[in-house]
Amino acid sequence: MAGWLAAAQLLLVAVVVAALYRPLGDYLAHVYTSPRDLRVERVLYRLVGVDSRSEQSWRSYVRSVLAFSLVGLLLVYLLQRAQAWLPWDLGLPAVRPDLAFNTAASFVGNTNWQSYSPEQTLGYSVQVLGLAVQNFVSAAVGMAVAVALVRGFARRRTGTIGNFWVDLTRGTLRVLLPISVLGAVVLIAGGVIQNWAAPTDVTTLAGGVQSIPGGPVASQEAIKLLGTNGGGFFNANSAHPFENPTGWTSLFEVVLMLAIPFSLPRTFGRMVGSHKQGYAILAAMGAIFLASTVLLTVVESHGAGTAPQLAGAAMEGKEQRFGVAATTLFGSVSTLTSTGAVNGMHDSFTALGGLFPMLNMMLGEIAPGGVGSGLYGMLVLAVIAVFVGGLMVGRTPEYLGKKIGPREIKLASLYILVTPTLVLAGTALSFAVPAVRDSVESTSIWNPGVHGFSEVLYAFTSAANNNGSAFAGLTANTPWLNTALGVAILLGRFVPIVLVLALAGSLAAQDKVPATAGTLPTSRPQFVGLLTGVAVIVTALTYFPVLALGPLAEGL
Amino acid sequence: MSSPRTTWSHLVVSLRAMLVLTVILGVAYPLLVTGLGRLLPARADGSLVTGADGAVVGSSLLGQSFTDADGAALPRYFQSRPSAAGDGYDGAASSGSNLGPENPDLVAAIEDRRDAVAALEGVDPAAVPADALTASGSGLDPQISPEYADLQVPRVAAERGLPEDEVRGLVAAATTGPDLGFLGQAGVNVLELNLALDRLAG
Repeated sequence: MAGWLAAAQLLLVAVVVAALYRPLGDYLAHVYTSPRDLRVERVLYRLVGVDSRSEQSWRSYVRSVLAFSLVGLLLVYLLQRAQAWLPWDLGLPAVRPDLAFNTAASFVGNTNWQSYSPEQTLGYSVQVLGLAVQNFVSAAVGMAVAVALVRGFARRRTGTIGNFWVDLTRGTLRVLLPISVLGAVVLIAGGVIQNWAAPTDVTTLAGGVQSIPGGPVASQEAIKLLGTNGGGFFNANSAHPFENPTGWTSLFEVVLMLAIPFSLPRTFGRMVGSHKQGYAILAAMGAIFLASTVLLTVVESHGAGTAPQLAGAAMEGKEQRFGVAATTLFGSVSTLTSTGAVNGMHDSFTALGGLFPMLNMMLGEIAPGGVGSGLYGMLVLAVIAVFVGGLMVGRTPEYLGKKIGPREIKLASLYILVTPTLVLAGTALSFAVPAVRDSVESTSIWNPGVHGFSEVLYAFTSAANNNGSAFAGLTANTPWLNTALGVAILLGRFVPIVLVLALAGSLAAQDKVPATAGTLPTSRPQFVGLLTGVAVIVTALTYFPVLALGPLAEGL
Repeated sequence: MSSPRTTWSHLVVSLRAMLVLTVILGVAYPLLVTGLGRLLPARADGSLVTGADGAVVGSSLLGQSFTDADGAALPRYFQSRPSAAGDGYDGAASSGSNLGPENPDLVAAIEDRRDAVAALEGVDPAAVPADALTASGSGLDPQISPEYADLQVPRVAAERGLPEDEVRGLVAAATTGPDLGFLGQAGVNVLELNLALDRLAG
């Protein structure tokens, strides 16, 4: 019975996402290729001082991305430090410097890791002026970078890959903003709040006192999911009834997370002139997505472990209105994209259930991944896959008519090394440096034994991959974790972006080589299998030892 | 007017872009959504519910404790799930327990809760369902399972001098989900149920 219900909700998600694939993917392609500017965009370009007709080299595009993100980082940092002087601060004080840095890095880096409890730390002005703005623009940056890479494949013998300011503006105003307005209204209809009232105390039925929170939650919630950001307005994130009131809103939030990432392969196919290439990328994403989501749901429904067995089900940290299957679906989607929102507490998942969110992030969030970052992550793996295929048959590899030479393969290899290095080094340093280890063990870790190790591993995995979910028992609001995780977020976000844009520049400069009998076809099931295999094997070889110390040791 | 070339001009353009976008996304967007939310004021304001005297007693979306000042269960009310939000159902401190599956504190808590529920309801400890033994993710779960509600019907009916069937009818009226028959699972809204009981008592 429960199995059928779980299958039915997964099927509904698949149907909705499939229905969106062509219209939304084609619309995105139109947005990023149309020669026409909207009137409001022309006004904006004039105010900002950019020429929408000019094109940028990859180096110039990188400079724009980094400068824009640096300004965002400083602005969010300053807003938090100045909180006490802002209106609607709810009487909350300025945020401490290390926490303000961590939060600024986290929201600019599309991660939304939260070392703090929002309802006790941030007033409404920081939430809307700082965090919500970054929820939009960090997502638009991810899409812009992905589109720039696709242009690299699509163009030939050119020095330019697009205009960052145009890509940023169009992604924000034509895609994220209208869908967010629509999504927010739907969420309000489901019961998500949208008001500016301060929390009010009421006398409960039993004669106690309860604080009823207020806040512009729905506007924040829609872009939190659509932009695969994930930062909750409240500490409990999408488990909080004011963020996610009922079964259907939870499914709607799942669809918001998946809509853009699963449609971008269509955009890619259209822009490179072959829808079959888009379907191949979609198939690889879909295969991993389906396998991981089904396995997590089966494992968690089984309810292994001392506490779940004693209670009769793995309901610790889960809401009655969702139950196991709607919680595992949400958790799986949230970590297979780069969202990191939760509607139940991953720290209280069964041991092997907690393994899957970690694995999903370690895969590099490519199935379907964050908005933009999922597509460029998968395309980098496709470059690796054709290289592996080329080695097998002894030919120079090509992808979409572009030669994958030493420069391309170096950039792709560096890309897949960045996040594992950050995850493993961050986790190792947390236990290797004596002073840090004391802080981590005495202050940060919440659960005893190997589960405590898993909390730290999860944190660095989440930060470096820009996810933002947590084994939330971990107290991350310490100088070490705020700083180390903040640095991991920034490096895990912007080093890969620089490498991807360099790859885009290198590909755009090449001419196209015609396909021959020796070219590996990249739109057939054989290539989908190769791509999926490369993704899984690279992850497994990198992370198996450290997983054996954490969730595998606890669960087996 | 051309695209920025130097690092400095990149920063100036970035700052201008961020300020313009902050006005659109950080001011206009939340205000627009607030305006649209006025079409559904009851929802946008938090689904507040009022008691017999017309005063707001809570939100139908947020669970509450039905205990006395010492934390002992009030037997005339249906009881909510255990909560890790502050001292229990603290609306300013939403949180799960985040205790792991092998954590001895969680194992002990489940055993204590099972004994307490079994004693309160006068039932076999093996009959206590999982949601009565575990804290939710938010600490503000407004619902309990239909099984846990069913377990509490005889006690509440006896305390209030009502026929069990009448109380069961109120439980059924407070039961919702799963949405569309398969999204999430069924649950009983505890605050709405207890409000209905109080209304019955006049």
